[in-house]
Amino acid sequence: MSNGQNGAELRLVTPGMAIGPSAGMRVGSGALAQNDTIIATRLGWVKQLNNTVSVDPINSAYMPRSGDLIVATVAEVRNNLWFMNINGPFQGLLPMSLAPWKVEFGAARQHMGIGDVVLARVQEVDECHNVVLTMKGVGLRRLNQGSVHSIPVTHIERLRGEGNATIQRLRDACDCRIIVGENGKVWVDGDADGIAWARQAIDLVHTSGHKKTFEADMSALEKNAPNNGDA
Amino acid sequence: MGGYGDVQLLRDDGLRLDGRKLDEMRPVSIEAGILPAADGSAMVTHGLNVAVAAVYGPMEAHPRKIQRQDRAVIDVRYNMAPFSTSDRIRPGFNRRSREISKVTAEALESVVLVERYPRSKIRVEIEILAAEAGTRCAGLTAAAVALADAGIPMRDLIVGVASGKVEGIVVLDLDKAEDNYGQADLPVGILPNTGEIAFLQMDGDLSPDEYNLAMEYNFKAAAEIHEIMVDALKRRYEGGEN
Repeated sequence: MSNGQNGAELRLVTPGMAIGPSAGMRVGSGALAQNDTIIATRLGWVKQLNNTVSVDPINSAYMPRSGDLIVATVAEVRNNLWFMNINGPFQGLLPMSLAPWKVEFGAARQHMGIGDVVLARVQEVDECHNVVLTMKGVGLRRLNQGSVHSIPVTHIERLRGEGNATIQRLRDACDCRIIVGENGKVWVDGDADGIAWARQAIDLVHTSGHKKTFEADMSALEKNAPNNGDA
Repeated sequence: MGGYGDVQLLRDDGLRLDGRKLDEMRPVSIEAGILPAADGSAMVTHGLNVAVAAVYGPMEAHPRKIQRQDRAVIDVRYNMAPFSTSDRIRPGFNRRSREISKVTAEALESVVLVERYPRSKIRVEIEILAAEAGTRCAGLTAAAVALADAGIPMRDLIVGVASGKVEGIVVLDLDKAEDNYGQADLPVGILPNTGEIAFLQMDGDLSPDEYNLAMEYNFKAAAEIHEIMVDALKRRYEGGEN
């Protein structure tokens, strides 16, 4: 099993590709054991940590977890609940009891309609993948202004940077409010120039987030930011 | 399958009309990630065939009656563009496209780990932009690359290849004339790493020996196409470090 990242070059694998023998190894995410061999189930980079072999996927769907802060869109409205598009395989359910307003039965539509965007938190995900959202909490609200953009879920960490350093730099550079949802949806609010620049930065994460040149490309883009004195 | 006829499909020197050997494939090239709006996409050029596949999802399955409580549904739509052949194809679903959509979905279900996404749907759109025999195989290959590009968990890729018989001789990868006037066509979907067969159809007649030879050709071609698929996926993310 010489495919780990301990000093060696990272190895890109495709589904079905053999990673190594399974003897003495544990199988992590993105891989499975088949006939004494660990094979990759996703396109991604092989990672080996503490005898556990996994594949870090390059692209992945958002899988909701309890506590995630997400930017969701109303997909359906019922008398007493909203179905929210959370950019994942399953819709989220926001009951009126977990909305930030006092909602009478049958009056859900008066508070939020299809297409409205909210900042919500994942309250619960059960074993059947039923996802319950909540809007009760500090800062959770309907997002009435600004725009929503998408990035791959696997690139969220690149946009945030270590200790949120990158995202804070972007906020300062464009003088915009930016919220990165765990579901790959990014809400940006500010003046038109700021939003336009933030969109370029988000597009850069989308196209180059996996590349070694990402930091250099982002630094180059920051020189054209609205709040950059050199611009 | 026109059967025996006056059309000569093999040259006197034993080569085929386009100069290929009996076990030689048409040139294949694959590019992954060609559609920015899709979660995963690929374009396969196989001879004169051009197939584009786009994958969306996994997403909530609608209408809800199509949901399966224990697995995802793979919704495949195979379509030939009206301009894909010299005779204009009437737009919309027809018997052939329904059949190919169904067999492609069933082949993909055998490699995708559908149990990971219960109640959801994975949408696969296959559009044939240019057709010259073998479009279902090119479409299946494109769909497999697009699924891998979308990050959908799969236990293997899947390669679509075909062999057939012309003038009583087994040949690999039929072109249009061979498909129209040959005696048999054997398209298969092969899992290249395990050697399993995910789908198999046969049009025409093959003896057991001819069938075995055709499958030998198919496995050889599948290994070659698999390398091109892997290369396309790696090229898409070259320069990456994660």
